[in-house]
Amino acid sequence: MKKLINKPEDVVREELEGIALAHANLVKVHYAPDFIVRADGPIKGKVGVISGGGSGHEPMHGGFVGMGMLDAACPGAVFTSPTPDQMLEATKAVNGGVGVLHIVKNYTGDIMNFDMAAELARAEGIEVESVVTDDDVAVKNSTWTAGRRGVGVTVLAEKLCGAAAEQKRSLKEVADVCRKAKNFGRSMGMALTSCTVPHAGKPTFDLPEDQMEIGIGIHGEPGRTRMPLKSADEITEMLMEPIISDIPYKAGDEVLMFVNGLGGTPLIELYIVYRKAYEIASKHGLKVVRNLVGPYMTSLEMAGTSITLLKMDADMLKLWDAPVKTPGLRWGI
Amino acid sequence: MPIPRDDVVAWIKAVAEMISENSSYLTQLDSDIGDADHGANMDRGFKAVIKKLPEVEDKDIGTIFKSVGMTLISTVGGAGGPLYGTWFLQAGMKTAGKMELTPADWSEALEAALNGIVMRGKAEPGDKTMVDALTPAVAALKQAVQANQPLNTALELSAEAAKKGMEATIPLVARKGRASYLGERSAGHQDPGATSSYLMLRVAADTWK
Repeated sequence: MKKLINKPEDVVREELEGIALAHANLVKVHYAPDFIVRADGPIKGKVGVISGGGSGHEPMHGGFVGMGMLDAACPGAVFTSPTPDQMLEATKAVNGGVGVLHIVKNYTGDIMNFDMAAELARAEGIEVESVVTDDDVAVKNSTWTAGRRGVGVTVLAEKLCGAAAEQKRSLKEVADVCRKAKNFGRSMGMALTSCTVPHAGKPTFDLPEDQMEIGIGIHGEPGRTRMPLKSADEITEMLMEPIISDIPYKAGDEVLMFVNGLGGTPLIELYIVYRKAYEIASKHGLKVVRNLVGPYMTSLEMAGTSITLLKMDADMLKLWDAPVKTPGLRWGI
Repeated sequence: MPIPRDDVVAWIKAVAEMISENSSYLTQLDSDIGDADHGANMDRGFKAVIKKLPEVEDKDIGTIFKSVGMTLISTVGGAGGPLYGTWFLQAGMKTAGKMELTPADWSEALEAALNGIVMRGKAEPGDKTMVDALTPAVAALKQAVQANQPLNTALELSAEAAKKGMEATIPLVARKGRASYLGERSAGHQDPGATSSYLMLRVAADTWK
């Protein structure tokens, strides 16, 4: 293992210390239990929006704390869901008196820990709504499995809900925005390399030089199929077709296209993917009206990409364009 | 013969040691079909349990179990935290005020733990989870206790049933947890949660014999 770290057990703590120093104007970091909150919160009369998950996906979620997006983020150990006491304390810290929305990615551990936190917060008299994102079309959705994973849509939902909360919409209305993103967004990813969890010390799986994983998750969990490496255009097609046919998206739909880097893939390659994905979307009659290209939801140093399409309406467009000021996403100010 | 409180404490310490020794093994099993963190998470949790143990080890067994449960919930994370936390919280409720456990007490505590885990995780036998090790273990324990088998025999039967249940997860296709994302590719691997559950019951049989 070759990593720029001190000790594996100190990785998350030292990262948080760095974030606190680098972005002191935007966020405050609380330790034990660990969570990141907006420096200017809680805001009275505004719904609090929080999320959380394992570390190793930076800038998600901590990098999205700030005006117009998240009020707090709870980082777990690398690739491990945070614990209920983190979410509970974060919920209390951001409560502006009108309730708190939990945006939860659909993983067994995240669901259980957030459920426990929501139960505890409600017991303390805080109104909590939870919306679970589950946009990964690589995983079959069935009542017999853990269901689809929450991936790229989570980032987009955090931006839209943050903007809706900023407009002082009610908890139910902010949660409705999240449910819309969940219902209208779909994603799929692929990996060129594995990644190494610091305390594991070696790659989560072996991927030979000439092979790739299609349908990879964001925790280095292997995908559904492994096959010989193909060209960027062919790979983009293998990701886009299952996404488009899933909802399905229809000719005339206006979409936001999010081409995400998994950590080890440079922007030069993400733009090559974006170019082809845009062409495929256009061929299907989809209008790409907004986009996001870059490493926003990573999987440590994994090379690879994920593509997310989100069908937009007029309200969502306004929310997307609204000002945001976080370490990881910033515009309109 | 009942299990005195100090032996219950000894079991918790032995479990922590066993988890520490098997941390890499559990993480390796989790790398194959999950996200490579089970051993490290459990080890972090039980190290915290050991640190907290001196505050409660002179109390009743229920209090000790509840403290273990709360510590695991707030330190393990992932799915393991709520599930193993639930194990000890439920066992703690069944053993409140007790300074020793009869075989029937332990059987009831373990059954409550299993029921709590099923409620929290919504897994059924055959889903390739810790429930596959615990379900036969609880059944075997209950049967042995009802037949008035001596404690060490009952514990041995329950650990062996857990082992069989754990091994039976190998050919299964996962339907719960992160391994379920792999679909058919999850078959051929032993479930890490079933493995840690078996190991805990193995340590119980060894500590309390």
